[in-house]
Order: sequence, then structure tokens, then C-alpha cells
Amino acid sequence: MSKPLDYENLNENVKKCQYAVRGELYLRASELQKEGKKIIFTNVGNPHALGQKPLTFPRQVIALCQAPFLLDDPNVGLIFPADAIARAKQFLAMTSGGLGAYSDSRGIPGVRKEVAEFIERRDGYPSDPELIFLTDGASKGVMQILNSVIRGPSDGILVPVPQYPLYSASIQLLGGSLVPYFLEETANWGLDINDLRQSVAQARFKGITVRAMVIINPGNPTGQCLSVANLKQIIQFCHQENLVLLGDEVYQQNIYQDERPFISARKVLLDMGPPISKELQLVSFHTVSKGYWGECGQRGGYFEMTNIPPKAVEEIYKVASISLSPNVPGQIFMGLMVNPPKPGDISYDQYVRESKGILESLRRRAHMMTDGFNSCRNVVCAMYSFPQIRLPPRAIEAANKLGKAPDVLYCLRLLEATGISTVPGSDIELDYHGDEDATDPGEKIVNPPWYVVGRVFTDKFINPKSLSDAMGKAWRLGEGMAVRELENNVFIF
Amino acid sequence: MDSITIDTINPKVLKCEYAVRGEIVTIAQKLQQDLKDNPGSHPFDEILYCNIGNPQSLAQQPITFFREVLALCDHPSILDKSETQGLFSADAIERAFQILDQIPGRATGAYSHSQGIKGLRDTIASGIEARDGFPADPNDLFLTDGASPAVHMMMQLLIRSQNDGILCPIPQYPLYSASIALHGGTLVPYYLDEQTGWGLEISELEHQLNTAKSNGIDVRALVVINPGNPTGQVLGEANQREIVEFCKKEGLVLLADEVYQENVYVPDKKFHSFKKITRSMGYGEKDISLVSFQSVSKGFYGECGKRGGYMEITGFSPEVREQIYKLASVNLCSNISGQILASLVMSPPKVGDESYESFSAEKEAVLSSLARRAQALQDALNSLEGVTCNRAEGAMYLFPRINLPDKAIKAAEVAKTAPDAFYAKLLLNATGIVVVPGSGFRQVPGTWHFRCTILPQEEKIPAIVSRLTEFHKKFMDEFCG
Repeated sequence: MSKPLDYENLNENVKKCQYAVRGELYLRASELQKEGKKIIFTNVGNPHALGQKPLTFPRQVIALCQAPFLLDDPNVGLIFPADAIARAKQFLAMTSGGLGAYSDSRGIPGVRKEVAEFIERRDGYPSDPELIFLTDGASKGVMQILNSVIRGPSDGILVPVPQYPLYSASIQLLGGSLVPYFLEETANWGLDINDLRQSVAQARFKGITVRAMVIINPGNPTGQCLSVANLKQIIQFCHQENLVLLGDEVYQQNIYQDERPFISARKVLLDMGPPISKELQLVSFHTVSKGYWGECGQRGGYFEMTNIPPKAVEEIYKVASISLSPNVPGQIFMGLMVNPPKPGDISYDQYVRESKGILESLRRRAHMMTDGFNSCRNVVCAMYSFPQIRLPPRAIEAANKLGKAPDVLYCLRLLEATGISTVPGSDIELDYHGDEDATDPGEKIVNPPWYVVGRVFTDKFINPKSLSDAMGKAWRLGEGMAVRELENNVFIF
Repeated sequence: MDSITIDTINPKVLKCEYAVRGEIVTIAQKLQQDLKDNPGSHPFDEILYCNIGNPQSLAQQPITFFREVLALCDHPSILDKSETQGLFSADAIERAFQILDQIPGRATGAYSHSQGIKGLRDTIASGIEARDGFPADPNDLFLTDGASPAVHMMMQLLIRSQNDGILCPIPQYPLYSASIALHGGTLVPYYLDEQTGWGLEISELEHQLNTAKSNGIDVRALVVINPGNPTGQVLGEANQREIVEFCKKEGLVLLADEVYQENVYVPDKKFHSFKKITRSMGYGEKDISLVSFQSVSKGFYGECGKRGGYMEITGFSPEVREQIYKLASVNLCSNISGQILASLVMSPPKVGDESYESFSAEKEAVLSSLARRAQALQDALNSLEGVTCNRAEGAMYLFPRINLPDKAIKAAEVAKTAPDAFYAKLLLNATGIVVVPGSGFRQVPGTWHFRCTILPQEEKIPAIVSRLTEFHKKFMDEFCG
């Protein structure tokens, strides 16, 4: 008997949507893990799953908020510092019934004020808490904004290639069109404004109304920071072309070099002054999941709207209210992140020590990865390396026979041989032979550059020669990649 | 022209509505600000929010054991300290250890499996089995940030176009109408019968289904809210069996919103899950597609702000399950603390556990208080002229019907507002009491209702009753003459 909800009669947009970060590779890795194989997951930015410890202070505060009866106990000071206790009381006073009550659908006003103050300190311009909405993770915020923009399949959203697949997945689910613009690998994953113009022109030629442009800065998966010059060009471009600029800035704390600090899109916009600073529509996204906090499991995030008209803000608020409110503990994590312990606070030294420790460790690992990869110049930010690996023709042939993209096959073989779980580049970058007319339809691409995203960690001893042999066996490499042990079981491919 | 304006925003966004936090609440917030800036500026000292099922915002206390476990899971490094034992009950500490052992690296800050942590799903599945007497598979569970996102997921899967219809009870909780609008589908209404305690008649379901079909609508699913919101009725078993047969016969997915399963106040009714009913009828995976929704927001725990919940999906093909998993994975996972709480709700302290006595006492206190408040408000409403109110068998609401005089209806027309919204606004301005107009939930055309929660503190109920009574008398005097 055919079922009422069958594959055939399921929403097409759901079927078409793909999300590689937890796609085929991840499922295979999970299967192997169940079979008892040790797997190193380097597919997703999930620091705590790889041993990064949570910062102490926020966990103390949230525990006290969870169990407010502790605050009345005379012995609470034995295991909680006074400033955590004070902060917990402060947050509880901001809520309308503690962690267990729905808050304002935009988030607790007191926390939104803390976010606004953070933004002002960071950028040097005041920010309005009424235009800041807290969300269950930045992803939910992205979905909400895209849902407001996309009316149908002829609405296009400019998305960088390579991109974080949330964007392609969301656009597909919402029934819109993805308009790719290509980042220049050889120019440090920078942006050539002419390429951007070309992408838009091509889309318009196909009858697509381009509505918005996504920038991921610092980049995911590419790891680059955009230069101020680039940001200015992008802002001017969006202004000219009447696009909303969506600034995914979730990695703003993950900067591993000093030459190019993070500068927010909003700061660059406001620095440019009127009229553009009062006209260009911008939505900026941030999260507690990345940076050195890495609190992915809390699902805490926000978006800040600039130059969005009040009636539109009202509608976005209305949709937020259907989900009632973002989770309150996640909101408190956000408040703590933007307003952490200050000099003089009891917990300040510990907070700084722990934060520095994490950032410096990330910086070291980023540089290790960078130094080792042959075809990458600089990996400067975020949490990802996006190395290019040239695969031999026979590997590509083998992949084609199996109906898989060559880098997918590579990643699967890598997984089976070494337990390292990664994300194939073709899942992040568009298929050259796919829907988009990036190349001539009839052209056969031989020996294309294929990419693997990976970060290698292990605390078990690995024999470098065995590892090298295992991979060599998997691929019978003619040319290909170098494998180097840097220190203490850390390998570079 | 800007890219996001009211003219260029997605029309589905414009179309959808959610009255629970709609216009009346905006007015209430303004009045609240007035009172703050200018005490005495209104004939009442405080706003009494009776619009939303948000118990802890009205001083309902959380369940101690749950909060103990959550605090320990949020800050596991104190588990090894001896002082902790003086601050937390022993079984809460034990439970926290148990839960943390199910989380790789005890990392509660890490994204979990997109369906939720496996060990927690095992616990929930056992809880479902203990409740129903029929097995539950942890692989059928998707833990979500509250039940609402799970509802949205199902709507996204089911609705391909405007030609896809979802049968919804009228009156309904407006998440359903809003979600259907956002996903571009069609709401197919079936009317609950106010005369028979909001009864659900199969003949009405059949009638509405056939009408929809004749209008070219492909009806995909049936939403049943049990216990009901806003109507509060608890379905009888026989009724539930009829509903199951109907869905099976007509090839509809049964979407069972059971978030109020722990809120039943009358001795002659009992909650039975639709999963239990289908299995007790001998129906399994091949016979009926069923999605059951549960939440940590209601019951006696009322943990709305945590955003915890799940859906249990049974009777779907592997290909469809894959797609559901894929949807869940785009958001990576639901918040871990909410997941833990869901497992606690479905597997609370048992007889013999150290915390069992205090847990039971807290649970009983909340539930008996809710029952008392429901009765007090119900009686008060029924004593008002022109007002009838069915009993709240369950959930957290009363949905009285007001027989509005013609003069009032005309005045509402002039004010360009629905008559029940007209009444609700006047009520708010006179008394500070916030209720949601019935038109926010839909109702039989020509009838007027409002939804009032039973959640205000017990001490405040007499004042609410007297203010409401006074207002209503004045209103009827004014508009009946």
C-alpha cells in the first residue's frame, strides 16, 4: 500500500536540498564508528567534540541560573565565585521568570542591550537593541532572513563559491535560486568585483531578480578575511544593484594573523558615510558556536539589522513570534560572550587565561596546516583548511565509474583507511557540470583541481610511515600530495 | 527602492498570523510601560497576561530535580567536588553522571547527532514505552527546539504547493495556520462541536475532506491537538480509534500534537497517546503514518524557555526518513540542555529514588493548582451574562463564548476590528487583563470567543474574576440598551 507521505509526493525543494556537512561522508563515518572504528571528525566546526574545554565562567553562571535555589544556599560560595553568582542574579532579574519562561520573541531586552553595547565597542558606532534579534543559533537567523527575502524561484541570492552549505540548502528549501560568485583561490580567496558583476548579469539574463548577497567573513570554508577595500566594493556594489547584504560574521573571533584584523561590514558601511550608510540594507549574523567559545550545543546567535524599514522589521518580528522565543540559556551565553568578565573581576584572570589558551592553540594549528599544504598560500582565519589536491586521471576515472565526484571518493577512501572524516570540496563548491552555467555545457574537464577540507587531530600514536603507506595504497599516487609529520602525531596532507 | 520593504517581502510572511503574541499583546506592553512611567494612569496597577501558556512567567516554580540535573550537566566540573554533594541531591548527581556518560567527551557544548543524543533518545523511547505499553524506537525520535520546529518540518515535507491541504481543528492553535501559510499550503478546517464539549465528529472530517477534494485540494494530513488548544477537551478512546481509522482509510498522515498530555484535570477523562491507540488496534508501521509531538513547555514542568521537545515518527518509508533526517541536519542539532530536559520529562524520578517524594509533591501541587484555577475561572465565566464556557478537561486554557449584542458588533465594525477583538481591547483597557480574541484561533463564523489561560497565580484569581465580572456587566449595560 502506498503511504500518504512517500518519496514521490514529498516537497521537491526538500528532495533537492543538500547539506554536505552531515551528508554521505558523515553518515559513512558514523557507520564505521558504530562498528568500533576510531574516527576523527574534522567535517564540522564542533570544537568541544574534539576536546576543546568550555570556558569556566559562563558554565558557572548558567548552572546558577538553571538552579536558582542554589543562590539561597549559604554554601554556594564554596564552589561558585562571587562574580558568577552576581552575574547569575543579574540575568535572572532580566528574565520574566527565569530560564523556563518564553522571553520576548526577539530575545531578552537586557541581553540585546548587551549585544548592542558590544557592537558599539567593537565598531565605534551605536547599535539599536530593537534591531537585534536573538536566535537559536545563527543558522535559524539566516533562515528567517532568507525566508523574508525569497518570494519564489526567480528570486536569486548571491552566494560565495566555495560556501558553507547552509546557504545552498536554505535557498533550495525556500524555493529560491542560488547565484554563485567565485572567490579567487590564487588571490587569497579574495573577491574580484568584475566576477561579481558577471555573476549578476548572467543571473539576470536568465530572468532571475537578484535580491541579496551573502558574504562569509571570515570565510567558511576558505578561512580568509576580506580586505577593507573588498568590503567597500561589495557595499557599493550592493547599493548600486539594490541588494541586501547578508554578513555572516560568525568567525570574527577566529583571527590567526595580525596583518588583517576582522572589520565588520557595518563598520565599513558606516565609515563610508551618507547617503550609502543610511541606505544600504545590511543584516549581520553572529553566534556563540565559534570563536574561542565554541558552544555549538547551546544554539545561541543573533542578527542585527541596518537600514531595514520598520514595517519590514515588524513582519520579521511577527514570524519570530510564531516560534515564541529563542532558548533562554543560549541567550544568556550570548550575553556572557559579548559582555565577559572585566579587569578587576574575580574571574577575569581565569577567563583571559582560558581564552588566550584556546586562541593560541587554534592559531598554532592553523599555521601548521598552512605551512604544510602545497597549493595553499595562507590560511588566515576561521577553523578550516581548504587544500587543493590534484588527483590523477585514473582516480577520476574510478570515481566516474562509481557515479561519485572524485573528491567524494577520495574522502571516502581517506575515511576507510585512516578514520579521518572530512568534507569533499564538491559538496561545498558547485558542481561544474551542474545546474549553473559556470562552463560551456559541452566542455569536458580533464584533470580538474579537486579539494578536500580537513583538519587532523589525534591523541593516539600514529606511525607516520604506516599512515603514508595506507594512503599510498589507497591511491597509487603518481603525483599528488606530500605527507609530513610535524610534531606529536600531527600530520599534514 | 530598498530590497527588503513591505512591498518586496515574501508574501507568505505577510499572510501568516500569530495572535497569541499579536496586536492585543502590543497594546498591553504599551499600557505596561505607561504604568511604569506614570503610575495611576490606568484603572489598574498591573497587566495580567492571560494570553500565553507561559507558566513560569507567572511564578510557577520549575521542578527542582530537573533543574539540579541540568545545572550539573551545564557545569560538569563541579561533579567531582565534595561540596557539590551538600548542594545537590544524590540521585540528581547520579542522573547527571549517567547523562554525561552518554555524551561523547561529556561535551554538552558540542553539536550532537542531528536527531539528538542517542542515549537520551533511548531514555525517551523507554519513557514512551512505559507510558503506552508498546515499544518505541529511538531511531524514530527527532529532538527539536520545542515542538514547534518539528511541526514546521512536517509542514515543509508535506506541502508542495497551494493545492496541498492540511486538515486542522477549528478552533486551533495558530502555529498550524501560520506554518501552513508560511509553507504555501492550504488549511482545510474541520469544526469542533462546542455543544458537545468540543467534540470531534468523523462525519465532519469526511464532509470537509470531500469538500476540499472537490475544490482540487490534495489533503495530505490531519492535525489533532489532544488535549486541545484552545479548547481543552480530552478525546475519548473510541473517538481516537475512529480518527485512526479515518486517517488509514483516507491515506492521511496523522499529526498528533500531544504537548498537553500531562495536563488532564477531570476524573472522567484520561490521556491516551495516538501511538498507543494505533498499536492497541493492531496497526503497525505498514498501516498508518503517525507523527506524535511532545514538548517540555507544558505539563507540570512548564519549561517554555528551554525549547525542548521531540517528534516520534512511525510508518514512514526509509527514503522519507532519510529526507526528514536531512532536514534536521541543516540546523545541525537542537540545544543540548533542551534535549537533556526532554529525557528527564519522559523519565522522571521513580518510586524509591531519593527525590521521588519531593518530585511528586511538586508535581501534585502544580497540577492540583491548575485544576483549581481552571474550575474557579470556568465558574466565573459561566456566571457572566451571555457567556458560556465549556470545562477545561485539559491543557491550560478556557475558551468561553460571548454572545455579543448587535450594538457591540456594529461598534466593532465602525472601529474596523473583529467583535471579539473589540471586546478584548476594551477588557484590557478597563482591567489590565490580556486575553486573545477567538478570531486568532478561528471559530464557527458568527460566533465570538476569547482564550484565557488558567495560569495567573492563585492569589490573583479572585481579583481577575471580580474585575472581569465588573467589566462585563458594564459592557453589557452599555451595548444592550
